[in-house]
Amino acid sequence: MNETAPLLEVRNLRTEFLTDAGPVRAVEGVSFEMKAGETVGIVGESGSGKSVTALSILRLLADNARLGEGSRIAFRGQDLATLDEDEIRKLRGGEIAMIFQDPLTSLNPVLRISKQLVEGMLAHGKQSQAEALKHGIDLLARMGINAPERAVAGYPHEFSGGMRQRVMLAMGFANNPSLLIADEPTTALDVTIQAQILDLLKTLNREFGTAVLLISHDLGVIANVCERVLVMYAGEVVEEGPAESLLADPRHPYTWALLNAVPRLDQEPPADKRLTAIEGMPPDPSQPPSGCRFRPRCPFAVEKCGEHPHLLPVEDGRRARCWVTQAGESLLKPAAPATAAATAPESGQPILSLRNVVKHYPLRRDAFFAPRRVVHAVDGVDLDIRRGETIGLVGESGSGKSTIARLITRIQKPTSGSIRFGDVDLATADRRVLRPLRRRIQMIFQDPYASLNPRMTVGQILSEPLRFHRLVRSQAEANRRVGELLDMVGLPTRAAERYPHEFSGGQRQRIGTARALAVEPELIIADEPISALDVNIRAQIINLFVGLQQRLGLTFLFIAHDLAVVRQVSDRIVVLYLGKVMEVAAARDLFAEPLHPYTKSLISAAPIPDVAVERQRERIRLTGEPPSPVAPPSGCRFRTRCPIAQGICAEIEPPLTEHRPGHRAACHFSGQM
Amino acid sequence: MSATTDDATSAWRAGRFGRWRRRFGLAAFGAVIVLLWIVIAILAPVISPYPFEAVDVTKRLLPPSQLHWLGTDALGRDVLSRLLWGSRISLFAGIVVVAIGAVLGVIIGGVAAYAGGKAEELMMRATDLVLCFPPIILAMAIAAALGIGVRNTMIAMLIVWWPKFARLARSLVLVQRSQEYVEAAVVMGYGPGRILFRHIVPNAVGPLVVLVTLDVGQAIITFAGLSFLGLGVIPPMPEWGAMVSEGRELVDQWWVATFPGLAILSVVVGFNFLGDGIRDWLDPKSRRQ
Repeated sequence: MNETAPLLEVRNLRTEFLTDAGPVRAVEGVSFEMKAGETVGIVGESGSGKSVTALSILRLLADNARLGEGSRIAFRGQDLATLDEDEIRKLRGGEIAMIFQDPLTSLNPVLRISKQLVEGMLAHGKQSQAEALKHGIDLLARMGINAPERAVAGYPHEFSGGMRQRVMLAMGFANNPSLLIADEPTTALDVTIQAQILDLLKTLNREFGTAVLLISHDLGVIANVCERVLVMYAGEVVEEGPAESLLADPRHPYTWALLNAVPRLDQEPPADKRLTAIEGMPPDPSQPPSGCRFRPRCPFAVEKCGEHPHLLPVEDGRRARCWVTQAGESLLKPAAPATAAATAPESGQPILSLRNVVKHYPLRRDAFFAPRRVVHAVDGVDLDIRRGETIGLVGESGSGKSTIARLITRIQKPTSGSIRFGDVDLATADRRVLRPLRRRIQMIFQDPYASLNPRMTVGQILSEPLRFHRLVRSQAEANRRVGELLDMVGLPTRAAERYPHEFSGGQRQRIGTARALAVEPELIIADEPISALDVNIRAQIINLFVGLQQRLGLTFLFIAHDLAVVRQVSDRIVVLYLGKVMEVAAARDLFAEPLHPYTKSLISAAPIPDVAVERQRERIRLTGEPPSPVAPPSGCRFRTRCPIAQGICAEIEPPLTEHRPGHRAACHFSGQM
Repeated sequence: MSATTDDATSAWRAGRFGRWRRRFGLAAFGAVIVLLWIVIAILAPVISPYPFEAVDVTKRLLPPSQLHWLGTDALGRDVLSRLLWGSRISLFAGIVVVAIGAVLGVIIGGVAAYAGGKAEELMMRATDLVLCFPPIILAMAIAAALGIGVRNTMIAMLIVWWPKFARLARSLVLVQRSQEYVEAAVVMGYGPGRILFRHIVPNAVGPLVVLVTLDVGQAIITFAGLSFLGLGVIPPMPEWGAMVSEGRELVDQWWVATFPGLAILSVVVGFNFLGDGIRDWLDPKSRRQ
């Protein structure tokens, strides 16, 4: 093989799925190549064909999938598309390794790590059992797992998500692959763990010279790792080029839309809190539109777009499938609206006050006489929510943010503390007292697929609360109100007759929002309402929330793990860690001058979709994993991962003190990092 | 992989379409069998060629013939007539026991799962208590205490019948209980009764329907067993299980046991097909627009 030949060359890849409704083309004529040691990213929303492209390379497709005629996948000159099962199996886990999104389901729960680790090496048959185990332990150490000799004896459930992904990487690298395909490897992980894994990927790429094909929906992740990017839409590559220039100056309106739909941590959000969202959804893959597939949603579309564009060069090393940018000019940046001038009223009366709220979950005893252990989910939280403001609650998994939502809505009862709403203490109120208050506090849930009763039509879902709380007198009035509600969240009236499963994730989240609005609440708690949605749909839903809040004067408690999103919508932000408040401040102040080391590390860990900015950012990398909430550290809870922790941090718990008006932090060394 | 795509496509579609039609056809087939038996049960007095209790020892154990289509039994009674009459008790007992047992079980299991804590412990331990005994023996003991007769036997069966529905209902309700739509209902202020029976149970009902339909056959067989032991029907009232028992040792006179056996088989199969169809029909996701 000569030096300049590409490692992987995909030509005219077409993958289709045979379904009841006829064949569905998931991937339509994708071509690209990768050189040895190169890092390439594929971005796109769900259904864009990015994962199918990756799976097609290793032919890991479902039984009803077919590669179209003329598809060629040359790996070191060998065509994988026509290889027989035995031969492709030799490549899988050998020359080409793959890691997936969910490290929980990609490890076998009943086998020890050691067994799974050596299995791949033995299957490719170059090492003895003992050599393989030694190599495996070395690899685990390389992947940053402490005490790997002990770790290999464990089972997958004993590891956290980040640790499992490290084990998966160790397994992937066991046979020195020359290509690693990583399909959304960090999507299920917390942002500080994501940063660790991305660093690890970069190191592995550099030190082993392994080429990495990274699939992600997150442009920030791609910008962090990849040299070159392919953007996919509706099964086609719509833009291709070096990450730096592509992200800084997109030449396809879809790339442009993706970039503008994500709030950026390095930019102040606009005063109206809105994002640039494009309308609509990706086309139904069984009936792609004629002409340019993005045309129905494209804000730049011209007449010529009725003709299907080819992927043509627009600049050196860059290609785009767009007529508008063919002449070589850039797409306009959206007009930058004025940045936030004033924040929400500081003096507003609190509508809700949490004081020293605690929620402990007792665990099952290990043995009859063993002491009962307790999960400290929320451990003494104070919080005031003022009328008309949006409070953002951020934290990683296990920080207790969802528990707080469940305590305020009294899905669960706090262990102690008070939650004052008007003159009622929600923490101790019984069902009779709570029932009339339920109407005034509503919740929007995380999972749009589970939060709507699948056996009820949308009309029934929306009219039941109206009738239950006697907000309407007749079915006719209820139907009219359902129509209004649907209109308010941007759905057609005829949606009322359909069942939830007939809607997409974003539409379902609109239905869930309409349900919350049905009873005219004052306070809405939104628990990760957009984390299950695609980038563009996220922007649409955020705009919907912002619009509703302005129109209806709602108070929002917005819970999310994504800092940039929280900053976009919130007036004030609360940072949680292991059930305790670390820092509270107006959104602006928090980002302008974070006081707590944890806030700083969170901001630093969130990737920004701009290569030049990424390169210049100073990084604070947290090591290790958050401790277990069953046995939280003494003193300051963050001290075990804190870069500036000292002796005092282990002994005295820092109180949440006010350092500037409205800006409080719980740290002995606030602002000294 | 590179075989002509169009052939593969059409073969695949035909396969899927065929499978859909088979399934739909099966549900209809099941419904026809069940309906047919219900009609027979109603019309038994009209369509039976002979009275079911007409004993004629001179004609005992005759093979199927023009006069006696399904032959005669050890007492010379017409098997066909007894089979038709027997459908009345067998179907009735099977359907009623399972229906009431399922409703009881869903209420007990559902309430236990939704309430949790001590109430759940109490209800589920009571369920376990009943499940501890071999069902036939327990039913026998209860039926014997209550006295012979169709009604008493059905009561005895009910007592041993609900626990399996309670167990299944509990596990199904537990799965649904943690779903966010249930939390949304709590946040709306709905009471536990409404949440359990209007929101959770409709979503948990699919596997229950399947168990119900599978169980009708089982109930018919159990009732038959109790009848065989002299607890169910009072002779000479015909009942399928009792008829199978009577013909059990008559190897040469195969018709005595075979035809009631086939009748039981057809009812069981009919209910199974019907149950699959109902389950699909109940699920809005597979309901056709």
